[in-house]
Amino acid sequence: MLRACTVDELPPGESVRIAGPEPIAVFNADGEVYAIGDTCSHQDASLAEGWLEGCFVECPLHAALFDLRTGQPSCLPAKQPVRTYEVLVDNGVIYVQAERLENTEDAA
Amino acid sequence: MKSVAIVGASLAGARAAQELRAQGFDGRVVLVGAEPHLPYDRPPLSKAFLAGTAERESLDLLDAEDTASLELRLGTRAERLDAAGGRLVLSDGADLTVDGVVLATGGRARTLPGTAGVSGVHVLRTLDDALALRAELVPGVRVVIVGAGFIGAEVASTCRSLGLDVTVLETLATPLERVLGPRLAEVCSRLHDRHGTVLRCGAAVDELVTAGGRVTGVRLVGGEELPADVVVVGIGMVPATEWLAGSGLEVSNGVHVSSGLVTALPNVVAVGDVAAYTSEKGGRRHRHEHWTNASEQAGVAVANLLAGATTRHYAPSGYVWSDQYEGTLQLAGHPERGDEVVFTEGGPDAPAFVATYQRDGVTVGIFALNSAKQFTRLRRQALRRPAPVA
Ligand SMILES: Cc1cc2nc3c(=O)[nH]c(=O)nc-3n(C[C@H](O)[C@H](O)[C@H](O)COP(=O)(O)OP(=O)(O)OC[C@H]3O[C@@H](n4cnc5c(N)ncnc54)[C@H](O)[C@@H]3O)c2cc1C
Ligand code: FES
Repeated sequence: MLRACTVDELPPGESVRIAGPEPIAVFNADGEVYAIGDTCSHQDASLAEGWLEGCFVECPLHAALFDLRTGQPSCLPAKQPVRTYEVLVDNGVIYVQAERLENTEDAA
Repeated sequence: MKSVAIVGASLAGARAAQELRAQGFDGRVVLVGAEPHLPYDRPPLSKAFLAGTAERESLDLLDAEDTASLELRLGTRAERLDAAGGRLVLSDGADLTVDGVVLATGGRARTLPGTAGVSGVHVLRTLDDALALRAELVPGVRVVIVGAGFIGAEVASTCRSLGLDVTVLETLATPLERVLGPRLAEVCSRLHDRHGTVLRCGAAVDELVTAGGRVTGVRLVGGEELPADVVVVGIGMVPATEWLAGSGLEVSNGVHVSSGLVTALPNVVAVGDVAAYTSEKGGRRHRHEHWTNASEQAGVAVANLLAGATTRHYAPSGYVWSDQYEGTLQLAGHPERGDEVVFTEGGPDAPAFVATYQRDGVTVGIFALNSAKQFTRLRRQALRRPAPVA
């Protein structure tokens, strides 16, 4: 479990990038919090810098759209999905279900 | 509509094929492409692919699921079109009759006169061009690039990253002035200098100097001679429309289409670099040569083709990116010469900045260097109303 930030620090329409096994982008899409791999599967843009539109994020470099629920891109130039992570909100704090590199036994 | 032929199997054609399926068309789709390769993406050809850091597969535009629903005719050129009859004659002798046609033939690189067959001289438009050029970018070669537009600048930057000696020749006083306006063009042209590329403005090529069929130098108007082992010509492209002679379609600097990207016939549309469309308001004709344009036009053209009438108009986002040296340049909108440039983050000498173009108190364009987040926000907020295209 990684602590992302508090709910107050992530108002609707905002995003944060946190370190994890890979960088993770956490979004507040109109009240629903999602976490996906931060690095665009096309090149290496940070999706946390992208534009939120409903439950899609538009990559800031070449505008591929990723579904925050599935990590799937819905248009070129991206073709590969990004990872999705489970999110837990507890006591006003947002946590992401991801292990740090040193204890990712089943991630290989 | 039961069958559609798409002519041109690159970005605009591939996107049109995807849009046909996404918009519910379940008939026959024939994708005809002159190149033997599966549809691939061009932007990396001057960047990571030319540098040797991106693989061929990373350029693929279509996945197996996309291609399974298509009839691919690669390495096959469309030679004739009878637009009204929906009849296409292909270079392999096939004679196709279809209900709808998408023209997506893009263009080919413009060459310098007198350079045909001279080894060491390259243009860069196709995968094969990139492979041929890449093979010659070996340590120690001196590269002269003719033209400092986006492609010339990107090739210069890639060659510098490979440690080569690079000179870029530009006839204008400031490269990219027409696209970026004088102020920001000047800022960008300084990137060359900062990275050890020699930029020579106001320099026009008179002729190439050759020995034994291979280039050895470039002679400028005025007589000066620059030694060169490799010359890259990046002076623009010519829309591929010759094969449309006798088709009944109107063609000049691209295929003439309406603001819905439809030709005079409702069953023939054009998309991408080859499409010269009339803007919905001003009535002026525009043709863009950028990735996002080709991608976004496909959805509009296909919707109108399937509807048999213009139900959607194309509103260009005017989004262009370019990667030069360590920088990502991003432009949105359609700036003009007289627009006022206002820096909203950083300044002209900063390694990262954002600037807007102002016309009559309205933001008509945004430019950013290495500031993707701020750029994207401004682009989505300030440019929400489509940029006025005169
Ligand atoms: C090196 C390079 C770098 C670029 N970098 C960027 C960038 O960083 N950012 C950006 O915004 N844009 C960039 N672009 C521009 C972008 O790639 C083009 O706008 C885009 O490729 C246009 O797609 P298109 O399908 O309309 O045309 P094209 O890509 O030109 O494809 C047309 C296809 O049609 C085929 N064809 C032509 N005639 C026929 C015929 N008669 N029958 C069958 N097939 C035919 C051609 O062989 C070709 O494969 C770059 C372009 C190049 C060349
Ligand atoms: S880096 Fe995200 S779409 Fe290209």
